[in-house]
Amino acid sequence: MGKFSKAGGREMPELNTSSLPDLVFAFLFFIMMVTSMREVTLKVQFQLPQATELQKLEKKSLVTFIYVGKPTAELREKMGSESRLQLNDQIADVDAIGNYIAQEKSSMDEADAQLMTVSIKADRDTHMGIISDVKQALRDAYALKISYSARKGE
Amino acid sequence: MARKKRKVPAMNATSSADIAFMLLIFFLITTSMDTDMGLARRLPPPVPKDQKDKSDDINKRNLLVVLVNSNNEILCNGELIDIKQLKEKAKEFIDNPANDPHMPEKKEIDVPLFGKQMVTTQHVISLQNNRDTQYQAYIDVQNALVAAYNELRNEISMEKFGQKFSELTEEQQEAVMKIYPQHISEAEPKNYGGNK
Repeated sequence: MGKFSKAGGREMPELNTSSLPDLVFAFLFFIMMVTSMREVTLKVQFQLPQATELQKLEKKSLVTFIYVGKPTAELREKMGSESRLQLNDQIADVDAIGNYIAQEKSSMDEADAQLMTVSIKADRDTHMGIISDVKQALRDAYALKISYSARKGE
Repeated sequence: MARKKRKVPAMNATSSADIAFMLLIFFLITTSMDTDMGLARRLPPPVPKDQKDKSDDINKRNLLVVLVNSNNEILCNGELIDIKQLKEKAKEFIDNPANDPHMPEKKEIDVPLFGKQMVTTQHVISLQNNRDTQYQAYIDVQNALVAAYNELRNEISMEKFGQKFSELTEEQQEAVMKIYPQHISEAEPKNYGGNK
């Protein structure tokens, strides 16, 4: 029964890894799709408030962000430690919101502009005064869909 | 040369996996997969300057004023309450199960799938805050109010369809929303002694 005896000891065939890069690339593309690199550098610090009844924001491209919080440590000397708001890449005043919204709207399709949502990312310790000013400015700018960004939990 | 031409040797692709992995790791690190969550709200359109504030026209029984003051205390129709009580209070207000004359007026309307229903169509929850109110306190109150609506909607959905509100079809959801319409009004803050 020499048939079964392995005289030379057959070698274990090597695992074919030629498709491994393809697999990894597929995964890579998936991650690249779902990723949303932070486009703005944050100049304010904030810790989102907590809530339980949260809804997801549907379309990322339709969402405009307004950040409210204290300036970061580097900027604190220049700006003070009062709560400020950040639009795009810079710290701005409430008066600038109108322009900002108009600008964001004009960069969208007309149909999409109706669905624009403004997400207010504000620090949990902010006073409502500034938030109310923001809200009022948004109303005047006809950006009526807003979302108070919050974290899950309680 | 009797033999066939030699094949082109395959490119050594062993390292392409490494390159891909490196890219992958880079994206994994820079990615922020956090889906943004929040409490969705709709602001009322701006009021023309010459128009008078209409909030006075609402019948008092239809109005639930929730005021969050600068000490983050909650005043519900002038009564100091705890955040935990607010949800029950709001639920009672929205639903008015006992048809209390001090609670919002009920009107019979025709709701698809449900038939005739008594609904507090006129109720308004007016959420007011002070300029010094803490944002977290405000969100807590918003959250409690939304929770009240959600619970009411879930209850009736369970009763009628045996499913949660979020699991219903669009048509069913619309019907439920007709029974418990959401009327939260976020008034501009009153300036109690503020100067702005």
